Amino acid sequence: MRKLLLFSIIILVGFTFIGRLFYLQVYNSKTYSLYEDNAIRKVFDYPKRGYVYDRNGELLVANQPSYDVMIIPREVEPLDTLEFCSLLKITKEDFKTKFQRAYTYSPRLPSPFVPQLSKADYAALQEKMRKYKGFYIQKRSLRDYQTTIGANVLGFIAEANQSEIAADSYYQMGDLIGKQGIETSYEKDLRGVKGVKFIQKDRFNRDIGPYKDGIFDTIPIAGHDVTVSIDAQLQAYGELLMQNKVGGIVAIEPSTGEILSLVSAPSYNPNLLVGRERSKNYTKLHNDSIHLPLIDKGLLRMHEPGSPFKSLVALTALQEGVLDVNTTVTCHHGYVYGRNGRKMACHCGGGVRNLNSGIAQSCNAYFATAYRKTIEKYDDASHAMDVWSSHIKSFGLGDYLGYDLTIGKKGNIPDGAYYDKWYPDFRWQATTTLSNAIGQGEVLVTPIQLANMTAAIANRGFYYTPHIIKSIEGKTIDTAYTTKHQTTIDKRHFEPVIEGLFDVYNKGTAHFLQVPGIEICGKTGTAENFTKIDGVRTQLTDHSIFIAFAPKDNPKIAIAVLVENGYFGARFAGRIASLMIEKYIKGSITRTDLEQWVMERTLEHEYDKPFSGKPFGINANSKIMLVEEYERLKKLEVNQSQTILK
Amino acid sequence: MSLNRNRSFKFDWITIILFLLLVGFGWLNIISASSSGEITSYFDIDQRYGKQLVFILFTFVLIILVLSIEAKFYERFASIIYLVSILSLIGVFIFGKTINGATSWYNIGGFTLQPSEFAKFATALAVAKYISDLQTNIKTIKDQLKTALLIFVPAFLILLQNDAGSTIVYAAFFFVFYREGIPQIYLLLVLSIVILSVLSLKFSVLPTAIIVTILIFLHHFFLKKKKGTILNPIFISLICIAFSFGIQFFYSSVLQPHQQDRISLWLRLEKDPEKLEQMKRTILYNLHESEKAISSGGLTGKGFMEGTRTIGKFVPEQDTDYIFSTVGEEWGFLGSSLVVVLFVLLLIRILHLAELQKSQFSRIYGYSVASILFLHFMINVGMVMGLIPTIGIPLPFFSAGGSGLWGFTILLFIFIKLDSNRINEW
Repeated sequence: MRKLLLFSIIILVGFTFIGRLFYLQVYNSKTYSLYEDNAIRKVFDYPKRGYVYDRNGELLVANQPSYDVMIIPREVEPLDTLEFCSLLKITKEDFKTKFQRAYTYSPRLPSPFVPQLSKADYAALQEKMRKYKGFYIQKRSLRDYQTTIGANVLGFIAEANQSEIAADSYYQMGDLIGKQGIETSYEKDLRGVKGVKFIQKDRFNRDIGPYKDGIFDTIPIAGHDVTVSIDAQLQAYGELLMQNKVGGIVAIEPSTGEILSLVSAPSYNPNLLVGRERSKNYTKLHNDSIHLPLIDKGLLRMHEPGSPFKSLVALTALQEGVLDVNTTVTCHHGYVYGRNGRKMACHCGGGVRNLNSGIAQSCNAYFATAYRKTIEKYDDASHAMDVWSSHIKSFGLGDYLGYDLTIGKKGNIPDGAYYDKWYPDFRWQATTTLSNAIGQGEVLVTPIQLANMTAAIANRGFYYTPHIIKSIEGKTIDTAYTTKHQTTIDKRHFEPVIEGLFDVYNKGTAHFLQVPGIEICGKTGTAENFTKIDGVRTQLTDHSIFIAFAPKDNPKIAIAVLVENGYFGARFAGRIASLMIEKYIKGSITRTDLEQWVMERTLEHEYDKPFSGKPFGINANSKIMLVEEYERLKKLEVNQSQTILK
Repeated sequence: MSLNRNRSFKFDWITIILFLLLVGFGWLNIISASSSGEITSYFDIDQRYGKQLVFILFTFVLIILVLSIEAKFYERFASIIYLVSILSLIGVFIFGKTINGATSWYNIGGFTLQPSEFAKFATALAVAKYISDLQTNIKTIKDQLKTALLIFVPAFLILLQNDAGSTIVYAAFFFVFYREGIPQIYLLLVLSIVILSVLSLKFSVLPTAIIVTILIFLHHFFLKKKKGTILNPIFISLICIAFSFGIQFFYSSVLQPHQQDRISLWLRLEKDPEKLEQMKRTILYNLHESEKAISSGGLTGKGFMEGTRTIGKFVPEQDTDYIFSTVGEEWGFLGSSLVVVLFVLLLIRILHLAELQKSQFSRIYGYSVASILFLHFMINVGMVMGLIPTIGIPLPFFSAGGSGLWGFTILLFIFIKLDSNRINEW
């Protein structure tokens, strides 16, 4: 027995060791990765980020070099913090918090200590850098905007945050990633692929030499240049027109779906979000809760479409065969319905309306009739609503459009189920939802949806998904943007509606906005606008809305304009749309008086109201301010209706 | 002095081949661990691996010398060898040189020599000689104490040299004594001490005392067939409790802080995760790096001279005490398991041969060789893999250094010589 003691202990120890080795090396070992080996220094070489050009080849976004001071906390040795801080222009407290933050992220992985040094700071620091163990300088390329426009489209790049790093192993702490606009949408094309050098370190963190003579090293691959569909001049002009107003302009080329301009006002100078001031500026922009410069109003503002929606109501009614071009409706300054004689008011002036004059004068009574007939065509209101809804949705409303910018809103197009939920006992009918007929009620759209709807009308029944990309160097664009989407309305129904829209300019509500030499079709819109102030539902000044396309035949541009609190459609949005169309088609403006009027007007006083506590009165202030203009237009409309009556 | 051809084949070639494999593989790993990825000449004396090659070549001179001396010489001169060895250990305090805080080196013309490495085989010879003496009866307390003294003297001198690791190796002789017939109570005692120490440190004195007392009384009342007086279990319990306090005192007042930390980490005494993390980065830095190096080797390893952590010298002392982490990183699970298997085979082979010896002297000596090598192997490899607290002793035949290699070689080959002489014994 005594002989066996040592023998068995030896065997036992042998098995224990092999078991432990198995645990360490096989069971518990992760697949070996050079990137995680802290014996290997990884030196990254960032490629040129792709340039951005506008549709006419004008350079919008280029690059500039930038230098980040990076830190690997574990490798930091005691240093002259006073000198170091003064070189970096930070305080000692900054140094401590920055160090702590980097340490919390990871003691052994690099993270940016002071990002985006200026060239001058870099020059001063560079010579002394080797004194500071654990710190090094990483060269990157920052954006250099050649323009001050289109911030919402161009977007910006910034350091990847932790969730982005976790989602894609390509990114390391301190790497730049597209955060908005095309920088996000085309990040993979623009960024290229960074190169990496692996360098063997010793435990004192000194470089010994290239790891395996550099056989794993890669060279950077430059990013692709990108051409966007934006027309820089038109975009600039749109931003100019929108100064001192809040809202958006979306212009689309109907034949391709390319977005010609996507104005969001107020915007900001994209150069603000470059360099060391980036985060300070970003905070400032982010905190501007009145103007919300970071919010793309063209994509994100959901509102009632107002009268422009009537053209779809008309198309649906025609498609469903409940009325034809010659059906007439007599307007008694409104539309009376229901047992209690409820009345939907109409400001068209009254009289007998057909399709053409109904659209041109934006007669509520006419479209209430059209809508009601469509819904009442079927016995089951819910089913009828579904039919109506699917026609409307075929224009790209009520859901994300699928354009190549990462933000958006669905909007809302109600269907049968929607109202069944509201009125659970199915006690609802066409008149319950009558507001939909005039683009109010439960219908919600975004400006880009309106613009796309306009393009679909301009195309007489189809559209391409709007997109911002025109071409990518060495690649073709996504086929999603070259696929035709057909609406459910037959082509033949479009002509009479388009004639109506044409007459809006010719003799209707946008009569005074005619542009000599261009046949424009358009539709004014005024959307009611409610908000809660101190818990009380308050009506604010209406939003001014306008849609238009031109020329009438073979259209080149379809546009939607939203001016928040701009009051009635023709007032701001209509003017701006007309000017944009003229600018795009003619290249210059003949009606400079109109241009001057738009540029000089400000709506700042409107935007201040909810905050300054000034009394609203519904639309009162606008009326007082622009009473002459209003009277003039009103007179014009009355005259117009009288002519029709004759 | 008759080393004719006939005789030479009596040497146990299995042991010799295992020895050669270990030394050869050890040298490959020393090359990796001590070079910085590039080798100009394997004979470059200025490099650790070049020096080691010289040591290895000189080892063969030693082997021939050891094997050519008459086997009886070792038994006859055991006492003198022992005395010389003790004197050399004492001499270190007068002529010695201090390296890494341990005063255990002679400096002879640029080479350093560590007498404690040679004291091991000297002690083994002395122990074998004393126990095999006809007048010695290991079952008597008097002779037990005398043999213990033989071990205690060199162990104490080495402890004075501040080389606690090498001191612990002398515990290996327990296996020898046990084999040679010291009472079972000693084994029980050693086991009790180990268990009590771990329990007292891990769960503090009070719970340990309660548990141990309950167990002792349970044993007394229910398991013991021949019940003695009730005073026995009370007495044993009191001793255990006193020991428990003693070990607690030893840990907190006698041990140096770095030794406390090692034990505290091993027994996971520190609960505060932040402090633990910090301890891991500082005290446990070596172990942390060595475990990482081993883990990074995976199943098949990164290949000879391809270990990034080895080439980068991330593991301190990697060519000496931490040489096994090089094996782990570059040769992976397969390579390091092979080393473990080679050691186990060698140890079992020696044990097997020891049991075959006809002379008690040879058997005891063989047993000592196996025990000493085993303790080195267990402590070193266990430490490098984080299984036991950090104790700095070399891995036999692997670690770089001349004294160690020669000490182990002489230790082993004296036994091979004794074994080859087996046939002549009667």
